[in-house]
Order: sequence, then C-alpha cells, then structure tokens
Amino acid sequence: MVNDLNWAIGGEAGDGIDSTGKIFARALSRAGRHVFTSKDFASRIRGGYTAYKVRTAVERVESVVDRLDILIALTERTIDENLDELKEGSVIIYDGEQTTMADVEVPEGMIGLEIPLNSLAEKAGGAIMRNVVALGAASEVAGFPVEYLDEALVKRFGEKGEAIVSNNREAARLGRDFVREETDYSEEFSLETTDEDYVLLNGDEAIGMAAIAAGCRFYAGYPITPATDIMEYLTGRIEAFGGAVVQAEDELSAINMALGAARAGARAMTATSGPGIDLMSETFGLVATSETPLVIANVMRSGPSTGMPTKQEQGDLNAMLYGGHGEIPRFVLAPTTIGECFDRTVEAFNLAEKYQLPVYLTADLALAVTEQTYSPERFDMEGVEIDRGKVVDPDEVEEWLDEKGRFKAHAATEDGVSPRALPGTPDAAHMTTGLEHDELGRRTEEEDVRVEQVQKRQRKVDTARDREAFDYREFGDPDAETLVISWGSNEGAMREALGMLDDRGIDVRFLSVPYIYPRPDLTDEVEAAEDVIVVECNATGQFADLIEHDTLTRVQRVMKYTGVRFKADELADEIEGAIAGERAPPEVKR
Amino acid sequence: MSSDTHFTDFKSDKQPTWCPGCGDFGTMNGMMKALAETGNDPDNTFVVAGIGCSGKIGTYMHSYALHGVHGRALPVGTGVKLANPDLEVMVAGGDGDGYSIGVGHFIHAVRRNIDITYVVMDNRIYGLTKGQASPTSRQGFETATSPDGTVEPPVNPQALALAAGGTFIAQSFSSDSQRHADLVQRAIEHDGFGFVNVYSPCVTFNDVDTYDYFRDSIVNLDETDHDPGNYEAAKDRIMDPGAEHIGVLYQNEDSVPFSEREGIDRNMADIPDGAPERADRLVREFY
Ligand SMILES: Cc1ncc(C[n+]2csc(CCOP(=O)(O)OP(=O)(O)O)c2C)c(N)n1
Ligand code: SF4
Repeated sequence: MVNDLNWAIGGEAGDGIDSTGKIFARALSRAGRHVFTSKDFASRIRGGYTAYKVRTAVERVESVVDRLDILIALTERTIDENLDELKEGSVIIYDGEQTTMADVEVPEGMIGLEIPLNSLAEKAGGAIMRNVVALGAASEVAGFPVEYLDEALVKRFGEKGEAIVSNNREAARLGRDFVREETDYSEEFSLETTDEDYVLLNGDEAIGMAAIAAGCRFYAGYPITPATDIMEYLTGRIEAFGGAVVQAEDELSAINMALGAARAGARAMTATSGPGIDLMSETFGLVATSETPLVIANVMRSGPSTGMPTKQEQGDLNAMLYGGHGEIPRFVLAPTTIGECFDRTVEAFNLAEKYQLPVYLTADLALAVTEQTYSPERFDMEGVEIDRGKVVDPDEVEEWLDEKGRFKAHAATEDGVSPRALPGTPDAAHMTTGLEHDELGRRTEEEDVRVEQVQKRQRKVDTARDREAFDYREFGDPDAETLVISWGSNEGAMREALGMLDDRGIDVRFLSVPYIYPRPDLTDEVEAAEDVIVVECNATGQFADLIEHDTLTRVQRVMKYTGVRFKADELADEIEGAIAGERAPPEVKR
Repeated sequence: MSSDTHFTDFKSDKQPTWCPGCGDFGTMNGMMKALAETGNDPDNTFVVAGIGCSGKIGTYMHSYALHGVHGRALPVGTGVKLANPDLEVMVAGGDGDGYSIGVGHFIHAVRRNIDITYVVMDNRIYGLTKGQASPTSRQGFETATSPDGTVEPPVNPQALALAAGGTFIAQSFSSDSQRHADLVQRAIEHDGFGFVNVYSPCVTFNDVDTYDYFRDSIVNLDETDHDPGNYEAAKDRIMDPGAEHIGVLYQNEDSVPFSEREGIDRNMADIPDGAPERADRLVREFY
C-alpha cells in the first residue's frame, strides 16, 4: 500500500490546471487524506508552463519532495519540465491523439498511459472536460475510489446545475474505465482512505478568514499577485459581518483608506506584495506617527521591482523592518504555516490596537498559495479573543483632558500607549498628524517634546517585549550540536528534513521563528550550538543578519533564491553540506 | 448632534499662521459655518486635510481630524466615512494637493460618489513650498520653477469632476463669505460627493489671481438663468475657458452615494465581544 503519493497536472496557463488540481486535492481531502499542494506558475494568463502538484498521505504532509508518482501531462513540455522529479515507475498520463503529443517519448523506466482525453470528454458531453477524464484516469492509477471525485465535482460545479455535474462525473468514469479496460496498467498504488473530515485552504484564505474572525471590518486593497486571494476571499464574505471591501485605485489609496477606517474605529487591513509595500511606505510613516492601529499584509514574491511575480522569495524582510523615512516603530509578524496564518492574523489585529501602531503580517508566496488540509478544529473560532486596547469610554474621557479641557491623544504614558478616543466620543475631539506633535496632537518642533514623543512611541515596543510572548517553535533534538533557524514557510520542509537527517545520523535542533520584530533573543540557543545555520529564501541572508546582530555570532547561511521553495530532501542535503563546511551556491537544474 | 452648535465651536485655540489676508481664512470660516448650520458638532465631525498652507486647516479647526500626507486626504476621508457613516466627513486641501499629486484619488473619489464634502482651496500656486506653479496656474505664469512662464495649460477641475461622473460640482470665492458658506452647506447636504473648488487667493506668491482679479471677473450663477440640474448647460459653463463662475455648476438630484449602493450603513467600530457569531461557517466552507 503506497501511502505518500506525489501527483501533478501540468500544461499551458489557461488549460484549467489550477481548478483541476484543486478538484483532485479536494477529492483526496474528502477521502480523509492529508494534502499539501504546490503551484508552479508563470506570470501569464495564457501560454507559459503551469503545474499544480499535490502531495498526499495519511499522516500530515508539510512540504514538497523531489519525486512525482503520477503526472498528467497536457503538453509535451510538462514532461520535460518535470524530468528531474520523474522516477522509475512514475506514471505519465497523456493524450496520444493530440497532434502535439503524438511523438511523446516516455522516458525509460516510466510508464506512459496514452488516453484519448479529448474524445472521451466529448463522449461525456464536451471536450472542455478532458481534464476531468484525466482525473478519473489518475484516480484509477492511484488506486483511489473515483467516487470521492464526485463529491469534489459537486463542490466545484454544483452551482452550475445538475447536468454539468453529471457530465463531469461521467467524464471521470470514462477516464477510470479506460485505464481499467483499455490499458494493461496493473495497479501499483493503492491509496488508503480514512473517516477524517478535513478542510483544505491556503495561507491567503487563512489570513482572510482570521481577519473576519478577529473583527476586521474594513479592507481596502489593490490587486497584486500573490496577495489578491485575500481580497477575493474577503469580498462577498465580510459584508455578512457588517464590513466592506474596497478595491482602491492604487496602493497609495488603499493604505490611506484603511488608515481612515482605522481612525474611525474599525479594525482595518490592507494587503499587498513588494511593489505595493514600496508605494505604501510614505503613509506607513503616517500610520506610525499618528499611532493608528493598522494591519498590513505583505505577501512576498520575488523582487526587486516587478521581479518574478509568481515566484517564491523572502526578500522583503529589510523593507518591512526598515522601510519608510525616519524612525518608525512597527511590528513584523511572519507565520510559518498555513494554520499559523490564522493565529498570527488574529494576533496582528490585537497587537495593532493594543500598541496603536502598524503591524506587518507577512507570508511568503509558498505559504500564501499552497493549500493544505487541517482538521476544522484547528481554526478555533471560540478561542478568538479580541483586545481593543485602551479605547476610552465616554466616562473615562475626563481623565485624559488637559487643564484647558483638551484630549491628550498622544499622552506620554509610562507604557507608551495613549488613550484612544474613537470619533463620536463626546468631548474628546482631537487632531492627529504626521507632523511631530505634542500630547494633544499639535504640531511642534520643541526639542524636549520631540524627544518625549519619539521615546513614547519607541517605549511601546519595550512594553510589548515585556508583555507579549514573542517566541519560537522548537523541533528536533534539543541537545544537538547543530542548530538550524528559519522563518516563514521553510518550517514544513525543514521539519521533514529533520527526519531525513536523522536517518543519516545527523542530529539537529530546529527553531522556527514567527516573530521578526520584536523577536525572541536567541543568544543562549546560538551559544549552546556548534554549527548555527539559518535557512531562508533570499540571496543576502536578511534574517541571518538579524541573528548575527542579536547574538554577535557568525552563522552559516543556507539560502535559495531560484524562485522555487525549498524541498525537504534538498534541504537535508544543504544542511549536511553546511555542517561539513561545503557552501554550495543554489543549484539550478538544467 | 446638538442644534445649538455655534460655528466658533469648530475653532481650535491654535492661531493660524497663514499670511495676513490669505484666502484660506475665509474658506475655513465658511466651512465652520456650514458645519454648524447643518447641525453638526465637533464630536461627530471628521476633517481630513492634505499638505500645503491649505492643509493646515485641520489644525485650526476643532473636531476629530487627521492631517495626512501630500495628496492622499481623499482616500483617508473615504475610509473614515465608510467605516462610520454617522460621521460628517469633510476633506480639505490645496490645488497642488488635490489636482497634482492627488489627482488620481480625486477622479476616483468623484467616481465612487463617496458621501463626503471636498473643499479645495485653489490659489493657483504652491504656497507652502514658496511659490511654484500649480496645476491650476494659468499658462505663461512665471514662478521660481517656471521663470519663462509655464508651458502647460491649467487643468480644469470642474471638467475633471464632470467627466468622472460628479454629482455635485460647485465653485466658490472665499471672500464672498455668505455665498461661500452657503455653497459648502449645500455640498454637505448633497447625497454623494460634494465638491467645492474655492478661489482662495494667495496674497504672498500669486500676484495674478488676486482678490481684485476675481472680484472683477466672477460671474455669480445665482444671478443668471443657470440651472444646475441641466447637464448640458453645466457642461457649457464648465468648458468655457477663462470663465470664473461661482455657484453650483452641476447637481444630480438622483445621486446615490457609494455606501448606499454597497449597502454600508453600520458603524464598523462596533465589534461584538466574544467569539464571532456565525464565523464557524467560514471554516466549513473549506470542506
Ligand atoms: C510627497 C511630497 N512631495 C512634496 C511635498 C512638499 N510640498 C508640501 S506642500 C506642497 C504644495 C502644496 O500646494 P497646494 O496644494 O497648492 O497648497 P497651498 O500651499 O498652495 O495651499 C508640496 C509640493 C510633500 N510634503 N510631500
Ligand atoms: S503663502 Fe499664500 S497660501 Fe500660504 S498662507 Fe500665505 S497667502 Fe496663504
């Protein structure tokens, strides 16, 4: 019985790769199997190679590996693109009747299944269903009951009516039957199913869902890959909770709208990716000086400039930490798993309001677009707590008035957090500005007031360090001489790499850090280790720099900036190499 | 909201640092009068200001207010209004702020028909940065950055607004105080985006678009047979080069503001305590 199966569908952008992949992933999740998906897409709508990969097992899967068991190749290029991952015994499903596929040579040792996808689809009601025929065939090859596909097809096509659903079911069956009856393929895989009920979602969706749960009611954004899913998720859902989504004319507008909504008292958010962060940075400073609670999600893609919009990278860390002119207190949270996207998003809203400052919530592309199964209880709505910080009730206003009865919106309190009066609160009307201001919010250039306000804003960070648990998660062997540290989506691959390293007799202690600023002090952990290796998806080691800065210790860097995420087996090799003192540049295949 | 609000309640105790004689004094007084006349008080009013001499207005008025970054006041006002529809939102800025760096936001705020009032203190110059050409400076205007006279013709803000689907387009003159206050009041009362461009002379840097010039050239639409409900007539007035009108140029009585079209009517600041009701269904959707 094969448990851990890797499956993919690939073709031209516009071939419906994404939705076909989703259907298969959902079918597996309905069958009580864990699913971890990854996408390989070019930044084009039509043309350009695209693939959707699914890894599935009965145990949790948290990463991708260098192996493909079943590949649906809608184009010849799909085979070439995946040659490295295709192994002895891998099955390639393709349509030999298609002129472009007629001369396909199936590499030695692999099994080619030639299936007339188009003709079978037409038999079921239309060529458009050729991908579903392929899904049916893949189910048969995987030894996975085609019935589970039916549920996924209802979910996908249910709204379009009975007829469409039954045609698609028929298409899936024709695919299955063809493999059974017309080929000499003999069952090699057999996917076990379970009674578990899983939900399947990606990082962007987890962020959107958490935002609603956390009371976010206003979202303004401008479309950009890979952050758009957050906006699309919220649109049509947030309204039911009394909120609104506005598609702004640009990122400058988006962050300013969100700022306005936050000043009016709403929990507000905007989301974007690198280029949008650059556009927002002037207003980012205003958010911080005006002490407005705001959550800004930066779903990182590969930069600089427009870079590689559909590719993985963790290159914006410095931009988030240091972006904007002047000195600006801000928090940077970076969830490391899809599940954690939920928790950190809720926390981001609470931190923003408790400390009245902008909070960057950052996910990398791999985290944002990957879908993964979770048990629904993982997203504990009952456990969501909303802390709105120091919002003053009308009867508390009095305490915060100066001798002339003016509200001290920027009172230099001991903890650095001032009272917050939402508009409409009687007798607390006040102005706020990006100019340096006094406790009343009025412009000033007086030296002592300037110093007082700068210190007051910075003090919030120290207060938060005292009061909050900006912690890390720990895996592997706590006493190992090798310490690996990573942030963002690398956690999944690294956790799996731990097992592979263990098999090779290498013990590793692994820390995954979801807080970039403020962040846990890792000095003790680093000092206790022999080899310290920081893993991240960028070329300069931005996170490694921070660790060195904090701990005054040189660390090794395992960096990948090809645009593709780390794979577990690759990471195991890299870590082993780093321990041995070999520092290989990132390997680019072909 | 109290009916006994006086316009001076909207005055802060900060003394304006505008040059004596600056048109912005009159512009601000008219805004405060209009707010009081329409039954607002400082606690339910939110003023958003841009950057420039004009943008300082938020400092001199008393209300909930935000003094933003250059050119972005309209999106802030949009966010405030959508998040809390109970607030009276007024956005103010200069011609550089609104028609240069912020012109994109201007078009889109008009197009969205957000129910806010936008007052532009149009002095046809950059005041705060000491006298450079602005988008409304007339062609040939000599400034520090255009010593041989500007080569670009000025933008026509009313035409931009009309083309973007504006539903209330007015032009006012800061020193004609009663009419000015009245126009701002009508903009506040309008259901949708109330746009008032105000001739607000800069006595320091603009020696062309002076009080005397405006007094001599202005045509008061109230003294003509202009019907603001007539789109074609409004278009003719607006497209007439060099015409200096005051009054309501165009008003669409059927205007439906953005929030009404989107069904936004709640104060989003109110978040119920405890676990979000009905949020469980969000998880189930991913089955
Ligand atoms: C991003 C940015 N660019 C430039 C400036 C400098 N600046 C301040 S005020 C101003 C012009 C304001 O002109 P206008 O809106 O006509 O206002 P006025 O001072 O004439 O009332 C400029 C360019 C700035 N504050 N921010
Ligand atoms: S410089 Fe011009 S616009 Fe600025 S305050 Fe003086 S007169 Fe007014």
